[in-house]
Amino acid sequence: MGEVEPGADVRVALPRTVNGAVDAMTATPDAQYLAGGTDFCVEVNFGLRRPPAVVCLRRVAELRRAEVTPTEVVIGAGTTYADMGTGSLADALPALAAAARTVGSPQIRNAGTIGGNVATASPAGDTLPLLTALDARVRVLGPGAEREMGIDELVTGVKRTALEPQELVISIRVPRLDGPQQFLKVGTRNAMVIAIASAAVVLDLEARRVRAAFGSVGPVPVRPRQAEDELSDAIDWGRLSASEAAIERFGELAAQACSPITDHRSTAAYRRRAVEVVAARGLRRCLRDVA
Amino acid sequence: MSRSSAPVATRPAARTRPRAGIGADAARPDGVPKVRGEFAFSSDLWMDGMLWGRTLRSPHVSARIVAVDPSPALAIPGVRAVVTAADVPGRPTYGLEEPDQPVFASEVVRYHGEPIAAVAADHPETARAGVRAIEVVYEPLEPVVDAERALRAPPLHPDGNLFRHLVIRHGDLDATGDVVVEGTYEVGMQDQAFMGPESGLAVPADDGGVDLYVATQWLHVDRDQIAASLGLPAERVRLHLAGVGGAFGGREDVSLQIHLCLLALGTGRPVKMVYSRDESFFGHVHRHPAKMWFRHHATRGGDLVKVEARIVLDGGAYLSSSNAVISNAACFAPGPYKVPNALIDAYAVRTNNPPCGAMRGFGSVQVCYGHEAQMDKLAAALGMDPVELRLHNALERFDRLVTGQVLTGTVPVRECIRAAMAHPLPPAPSLLDPPMARPGGAGLSADHADVRRGVGIAVSLKNVGYSEGFDDYATARVRLEAGVGGEPVATVVAATAEVGQGFVTIAQQIVREELGVADVLLAPAGTTDIGSAGSSSASRQTWMSGGAIQLACVAIRRQLIARAAASWGCSHASVEWDAGEAVHEGTGERRGLAALLADGAVEAEHEHHHRPTVPLDADGQGDAHLSVMVAAHRAVVDVDPGLGLVKVVQVTTGQDVGHALNPTQVTGQIEGGIAQGVGLAVMEEIVLDEGRVKNPSFTDYLVPTTLDMPAVAATFVEEPEPDAPYGAKGVGEPPVISSGPAVLAAIRDATGLALTRAPVRPEDIALAGQST
Ligand SMILES: Cc1cc2nc3c(=O)[nH]c(=O)nc-3n(C[C@H](O)[C@H](O)[C@H](O)COP(=O)(O)OP(=O)(O)OC[C@H]3O[C@@H](n4cnc5c(N)ncnc54)[C@H](O)[C@@H]3O)c2cc1C
Repeated sequence: MGEVEPGADVRVALPRTVNGAVDAMTATPDAQYLAGGTDFCVEVNFGLRRPPAVVCLRRVAELRRAEVTPTEVVIGAGTTYADMGTGSLADALPALAAAARTVGSPQIRNAGTIGGNVATASPAGDTLPLLTALDARVRVLGPGAEREMGIDELVTGVKRTALEPQELVISIRVPRLDGPQQFLKVGTRNAMVIAIASAAVVLDLEARRVRAAFGSVGPVPVRPRQAEDELSDAIDWGRLSASEAAIERFGELAAQACSPITDHRSTAAYRRRAVEVVAARGLRRCLRDVA
Repeated sequence: MSRSSAPVATRPAARTRPRAGIGADAARPDGVPKVRGEFAFSSDLWMDGMLWGRTLRSPHVSARIVAVDPSPALAIPGVRAVVTAADVPGRPTYGLEEPDQPVFASEVVRYHGEPIAAVAADHPETARAGVRAIEVVYEPLEPVVDAERALRAPPLHPDGNLFRHLVIRHGDLDATGDVVVEGTYEVGMQDQAFMGPESGLAVPADDGGVDLYVATQWLHVDRDQIAASLGLPAERVRLHLAGVGGAFGGREDVSLQIHLCLLALGTGRPVKMVYSRDESFFGHVHRHPAKMWFRHHATRGGDLVKVEARIVLDGGAYLSSSNAVISNAACFAPGPYKVPNALIDAYAVRTNNPPCGAMRGFGSVQVCYGHEAQMDKLAAALGMDPVELRLHNALERFDRLVTGQVLTGTVPVRECIRAAMAHPLPPAPSLLDPPMARPGGAGLSADHADVRRGVGIAVSLKNVGYSEGFDDYATARVRLEAGVGGEPVATVVAATAEVGQGFVTIAQQIVREELGVADVLLAPAGTTDIGSAGSSSASRQTWMSGGAIQLACVAIRRQLIARAAASWGCSHASVEWDAGEAVHEGTGERRGLAALLADGAVEAEHEHHHRPTVPLDADGQGDAHLSVMVAAHRAVVDVDPGLGLVKVVQVTTGQDVGHALNPTQVTGQIEGGIAQGVGLAVMEEIVLDEGRVKNPSFTDYLVPTTLDMPAVAATFVEEPEPDAPYGAKGVGEPPVISSGPAVLAAIRDATGLALTRAPVRPEDIALAGQST
């Protein structure tokens, strides 16, 4: 990766269209996309990245568009947390709104975008559990070609994605399901904290399925398939209830699905326990909401 | 210049109070500029043609330095100088108590982040590149990061691994009680976490000296250490206080001062340095982590019989103020209680952890976690109410500390406890509470049913000022003259560091009170024009610099009275001072400041020494302390035991302030101190892995946000301190001492867990009883 000389000017492209953005990227080999800058600039300050050129995405109107249809929600990559936390987007995806409201501080929520969160692909990225639980699809534009992939295909590891260097995330398509959804995040501080563990839990009333995913407890968001299967069978979908034993079992299986690490933020054992607790609580809330 | 160590009279009963004098909620002179972002902090310093400095720091915790080669850095265009240990012309080391810390490490590295070299370059990025280019060959060594192990390990430094061993033997050491409780406690490493990172600007001067603009807590002691290492006479090193963005003890030690001056003198150009946030975590000392054992003896009736304690503070790689911190920890280990017999065995130890030194509360904080947990344990063993037990054993005026010192000042322990308890409790947690108000906050991780309420109390004792025979003093000069329009204007010259505590406000209030002048200017603080003010620490500046200003004003008043007496042809004795005017006692004639100043300005300087203290003897006995401050805190917490998360709901306090000279500022100190105390109780800790700092950022070193801050209700307990100017004690430190222990007590109450370690981590609660 190229690096700028100390004190040298950084070249800045200010495209207004998605094609313009990809063209600017293609024309400048070592350029990088810059959205809200809330991950980007932290890395610059730490000396971890020094691109000689940036392609700014703020003026690309198409990236800021969000659309709610009867079957899906299409969220432009430039949509901010502040946008996700209120209005029609929040009505359509309340758990994403809840996740958005946990991100950083008001300043960060005004600047940070969902596209940046997805492209950063941090295990602690707070939009990722819900997007993963709902099998969201990501539209990506590269030089000459557009493609679409599942969020689980895009996020491949700790801060690693399947994006090619010049590819631009345009939007994220999230299916609309009939049923409640919850997001819970665990951190040592009551606000502005990186998740030690997080959970998205969704009930799909039509398909009679439970969906869930957990953050910060593995290199990529964890989908607890066995827990989902067992609980989907255990729920009385007619009365929309489940036994307390089944709910606790869901928590246990969820914890088993995770592969957390011990680091300076917490221990693997605590993260596992936290998932067990928030998975069960999220499920209880979903059942309560719908009852 | 006058000089006194005599007690200073409390406030004269002024008949007409000047506006914004003593006791008023005077506004800070720097308040509006700070709120508007117009106040210049040290990081805003700028000079045309200046260079940017940056420090190379050791990536190793412990290593032998085989070679340092600056030449690749010097080959980079724009790099103007590299300085290493070889370039220090004077004393190669510095230190607050003893100079045991190298300006740059040359042979051995003793902690993660120790400075090796500094670079000056045209651009901050070039300086960064220069730092990266310096070639250092290290031979890593096995670090010693456990204090107990260090006591037995080969010396990590020529001065050895034991900084100080202090034993307090008091009363009958064989005494025992009917009821005995024992416990071990641990406190993690807290950081001062000031918002304004270390920064300064050094400007070389024509006389071969240097002017340094810097954010610090004690200008003169910085100057003396810098001058020694530069090999310059002190008067050629001129320090000027730049805007300080918080300190809390973390700016008492030298950080970038000597490096900056070396670079400026080496290049002949002004050099600026600003630490980045992560570097700041390596650039200053922290609060000592502590391991403590206590055994309390009491009669069945609840009288404390004896306190035994063993306290080990990890001082890290260099001494800093460890000797004074361990003294406080030992002296105040029993807390604010009558303890007839005590055996306290206290150690401050050198390890390869980051150096630890001064931080708000200074040794009292750590032991408070121990003695207050013990008091609760004892109350449980006695079947007594914990508040009752504390009231029963509370120190009173003329009681003795375990050092044998009789407390001749005010000690309103009971009053503080009662005041803290008198505030109404908050409403019980409810289904209707906003979900964000529950433990877990914005993460919405808890429902109402998951929450347990707990209440705890803790009480603390700490000294004001420096102890053990240190001849502490502060200097101030006041000048009173007619301003441009003839109106009187006073100017205060003092080297007192305003670090956010509000000294600038108090200084103005004192002058207004004493001289009846509305307009009070503060000259910039520096070393060129006035003697030392001492440190802005130990809750001492209102007493010390405030006292110096007060006495300078008294001297000015005497001169004004002399002028009035001369003009009336009467004796000084027949002139009185009243409401900013001289009054002839016989005729009732009055003379205002404007008239009195017609003959020219009046000026007085005063060096204020407090009553002498003495060193502790071989048994830890002696009148080592000037005065003590008491605080009591009651904390109410909501805990989510499933996740181990805590919301501190309310902290109430009764604080022994002597006399609240500015109630708003006292409240500010109380609220800020409680935030810092709550932080240590539930989140603030420098996480170390074999001496390596794992969380040097505000992403991972968590300090409380507004959602973590409890409601605070405070009562000032005002019993004027006989020795102190206006009867005012210090107010800065007590709020941080027992607030955290009260929070821990409340979490224990909510969960039934022992919780012997601060900060409490979520896993300490959620996984209690489970090996992790
Ligand atoms: C104080 C603070 C608190 C934070 N708290 C949280 C938190 O609680 N939870 C959380 O999840 N995150 C948090 N973050 C991280 C950050 O806010 C999010 O990850 C944010 O979503 C990043 O978006 P951005 O628009 O700022 O991206 P940028 O920083 O501009 O970019 C991030 C990366 O994504 C790439 N990129 C951006 N947009 C696109 C695109 N459309 N196509 C392709 N690549 C793209 C950039 O090239 C860059 O590599 C925090 C950050 C800070 C500074």
